[in-house]
Amino acid sequence: MNKNPSSGMIEVQDLSVRYGDFVAVKGVSFSVAAGETFGLVGESGSGKSTILQALAGLADDWSGSMSVDGLALVAGARRSLAFRKHLQMVFQDPYGSLHPHQTVDQILSSPARIHGFGSIDRRIAEVMEAVGLGPQFRFRLPHQLSGGQRQRVAIARALIVEPKVLLLDEPTSALDASVQAEILNLLVTLRHERGLTYLLVTHDLSVVAYLCDRLAVMEKGSFVETQPIEALETGAFDQDYTRRLFAAAAR
Amino acid sequence: MAQDTLLEVDGLTVRFPSVHGPIEAVRDISFAMGREKIAIVGESGSGKSMTARAILDLIRPPGERIARSIRLDGTDLTRLSPRQMRQVRGGRITMVMQDPKYSLNPTMSVGAQLYENWLIHVGKPKRLSRAAGQKAVLEMLEAVQINDPPRVARSFPHELSGGMGQRVMIAMMLIPQPELMIADEPTSALDVTVQMEVLKLMDGLVARNGMGLLFISHDLPLVSRFCDRVLIMYRGRIVEECRADRLHEAQHPYTQGLLSCLPSYAQRGHPLATLSRDAGWEVAP
Ligand SMILES: Nc1ncnc2c1ncn2[C@@H]1O[C@H](COP(=O)(O)OP(=O)(O)OP(=O)(O)O)[C@@H](O)[C@H]1O
Ligand SMILES: Nc1ncnc2c1ncn2[C@@H]1O[C@H](COP(=O)(O)OP(=O)(O)OP(=O)(O)O)[C@@H](O)[C@H]1O
Ligand SMILES: [Mg+2]
Ligand SMILES: [Mg+2]
Repeated sequence: MNKNPSSGMIEVQDLSVRYGDFVAVKGVSFSVAAGETFGLVGESGSGKSTILQALAGLADDWSGSMSVDGLALVAGARRSLAFRKHLQMVFQDPYGSLHPHQTVDQILSSPARIHGFGSIDRRIAEVMEAVGLGPQFRFRLPHQLSGGQRQRVAIARALIVEPKVLLLDEPTSALDASVQAEILNLLVTLRHERGLTYLLVTHDLSVVAYLCDRLAVMEKGSFVETQPIEALETGAFDQDYTRRLFAAAAR
Repeated sequence: MAQDTLLEVDGLTVRFPSVHGPIEAVRDISFAMGREKIAIVGESGSGKSMTARAILDLIRPPGERIARSIRLDGTDLTRLSPRQMRQVRGGRITMVMQDPKYSLNPTMSVGAQLYENWLIHVGKPKRLSRAAGQKAVLEMLEAVQINDPPRVARSFPHELSGGMGQRVMIAMMLIPQPELMIADEPTSALDVTVQMEVLKLMDGLVARNGMGLLFISHDLPLVSRFCDRVLIMYRGRIVEECRADRLHEAQHPYTQGLLSCLPSYAQRGHPLATLSRDAGWEVAP
């Protein structure tokens, strides 16, 4: 892996991803600078989660080039421990991503231990508090939590190893407005304090408007447009699909 | 509406034992609904999903459901045998779970599952052909705005995107033409354009077939546009009930608080308002 310091924190060039014969992502390119927040919106099934999974090393049949913090990714190659710490992902469905037989405490302590963190007990308490989960949830199993509580465990698990880059797939779509506000405030604070870079998938344009610097719009595996966030104020979009989305959301 | 009550829940409690004493996820709630669209909103962990599961007697032990009665069109569901209850579930009442992909059978294609459900509830009773069923399955997928119905019918649940899983589940639950559909965050992964179409589909069934819809959501603007009435839950209790189009006039500090923390472009650079929860909120104003 060669390091190229001049590039953005996330560089994706001409990325295509297949599942068997089906091409889910078709020649997508974008770059996210360190400390920037990039939003991905678009039709359901257009390939948003697939892009995040390819970056996270969970979809192996891809072509094109991807790099994170200057390190080029190689399809199928095992990623170093340092790299995995660096880049964390919050999955769209918190049910599938949490081990059903591990308590919240185990779910949070094992990544912290693997990545060599000390004072794990205190770390767990802090990260749980940061995502608004009281100590009474610490020894619960995932099925003993509500949907939004599980989602917050997934966010806590990504944060506990202090990554530089967070891939966030609908991180607040299972949360009510008050908890969503707490999580969004937390993401803004972390970005400010630690210069975190976010790649955020959401169907909620108001979350994009609040958090992101730029957004890309996907349709059927391709980017149809990329815009600065001001477009969400002015409605200056190129594509019909985006204009419809914007108009429907503004109502 | 009083003469046409579809569902009447009286004194429902859901309780889980724990080492610190029992946890009451739902605390003695009562409500009634007709053939209309009722929303349950409330913060994460307030008891929305447990209320829905309790109606269908789906609380897993050691959790327990306690209720004076839960009447569906006059039948007290708490008095039915497990066998009778199985017939109600998936027939007279269907539910779209909050984790749709995990409610589907992972070993069967989406099309085969939809077909099987169609066969039980439509094909056999009406003695329709296999071809009619296959056509119905593709039409159902199209009705929930799936782009390429034949491909998706051949897919297995793990091959669906988040929003596709939700829509497949909605299609599945509409097939039996239920009297009551409970939908737990059914559109939380869908963008507004697709969401509108899916809601229109449900709305049509409420208007045409007199279906009742119990719609659980945390999306307040959506609920206030789409539903007739809203129940607001807080820590296991219903703390307020109002007309959906009057949600912005809601009295309860919790409801008002929820409305004030929505993100927007104008809020950029400023921390969003959050709630400082108050023990006094647990009683209705
Ligand atoms: N494991 C898989 N095998 C086959 N096809 C898949 C698999 N995972 C996803 N797909 C397909 O790839 C396409 C893109 O899926 P993806 O999950 O990236 O969509 P998305 O944009 O995240 O949608 P949503 O907003 O609904 O979550 C979909 O058509 C889906 O059916
Ligand atoms: N098996 C269990 N044991 C103990 N407590 C449980 C169990 N299952 C759920 N709970 C608790 O019951 C409460 C209500 O859960 P419920 O799933 O109804 O919440 P909800 O309102 O649907 O929240 P969300 O919007 O996050 O999905 C939660 O605080 C949850 O932690
Ligand atoms: Mg997705
Ligand atoms: Mg729930």
